[in-house]
Amino acid sequence: MEDIDAIALLQDPVRRRLYEFVAGQGREVGRGEAAEAAGVARTLAAFHLDKLVDAGLLEAGSRRLTGRSGPGAGRPAKVYRRSSAERDVSVPARDYRTAAGLLAEAAESAGLDMELQDAARRKGRALRGRGGSFGTLDDLAEVLAGRGYEPVMDEDGAVLRMRNCPFHVVAEQFPPLVCGMNLALLEGLVEGSRVRVRMDPRPGWCCVAAAHSKNNEH
Amino acid sequence: MSTRTRYHLAQFNLATLRFPLADPRMADFVALVEPVNALADGTPGFVWRLVEEGEADATGMRPAGDDVIVNFSVWESAEALWDFVYRSAHLETMRRRREWFQRHVDAHLVLWWVPAGHVPSVGEALERLALLRADGPTPRAFTFSSSFTAEEAAGAGPGAGAGAGGEPAGGEPAGAEPAAL
Repeated sequence: MEDIDAIALLQDPVRRRLYEFVAGQGREVGRGEAAEAAGVARTLAAFHLDKLVDAGLLEAGSRRLTGRSGPGAGRPAKVYRRSSAERDVSVPARDYRTAAGLLAEAAESAGLDMELQDAARRKGRALRGRGGSFGTLDDLAEVLAGRGYEPVMDEDGAVLRMRNCPFHVVAEQFPPLVCGMNLALLEGLVEGSRVRVRMDPRPGWCCVAAAHSKNNEH
Repeated sequence: MSTRTRYHLAQFNLATLRFPLADPRMADFVALVEPVNALADGTPGFVWRLVEEGEADATGMRPAGDDVIVNFSVWESAEALWDFVYRSAHLETMRRRREWFQRHVDAHLVLWWVPAGHVPSVGEALERLALLRADGPTPRAFTFSSSFTAEEAAGAGPGAGAGAGGEPAGGEPAGAEPAAL
């Protein structure tokens, strides 16, 4: 399926709600749970979820949702999670991914980490705008969500982590270079705020975490 | 037994110091060595790392030059190694690599498969790095961005496990490898 056709599937409001719910959980989601979240019947949810799987937007698996196993545990249920594949469309056709990869390769081989971080920090400041700063993690989360980071508050609300890396493809190819760029960008963004960012990478997550600053340090 | 359990992945890399380790400009790096090594030791999939006899780490060993430190470890899988190198606190040492280490023009990180239980020698590592530099990535000596599976290495013939001979050069220049310090 062409990327543009896959993305067009999300035009349907029910499919869109189902996709966003599954993607937002960051774990496998059963049909019943997704149906309830989207406010539709289970059979309709199943129909749309499978369409999203066919389009490569979701991946399906099976799991016993009760957590039990052995006789009497019941048949495994179908579960869904967001696909790691990416779909993107540019009209007219442009190929920024290849450009980003080539620029990163050149920066990597020339050892331009510091120069890239400086540029990223300036970009972060510019994105923040004049006088803008963040008083709370919630304020920052809103801006990060708008930039595709999919922020998630840790259970006790003290740390903000990001489920998505907006630079994923180049970050996987050139991790230190691009993760350093990402951190510097966010450092520029939160400069002068009451929140701070630091590198705290873990498998499957963006490399950066945010927290309230201590002792009013920046 | 599957090839996944019969072979482990060895990684070796060089890092050329910008300043001696005792220099104050290296203090942040030196402070990270012990906690990052402890993190590696406790990471799922970690098998072995090089430690100088009587020392806590290998920073004093200089088999590739007086100002070149080496990093040498063995892992159960490429995924376990990748997650440690790039998705743990180790990434912080990589992010700041230009503060502490000179840029390498030649390949400075090499990966290869070893039979499970085999403890590779520094000589073997230097040989694999030389292979990578001479021939580019092959099943005998490769990089993260142009990697080979244990099956491919096993299928490449008996030499693949012993460090003999190279394959014809192929793929991208080894110097483009992004993975190491």
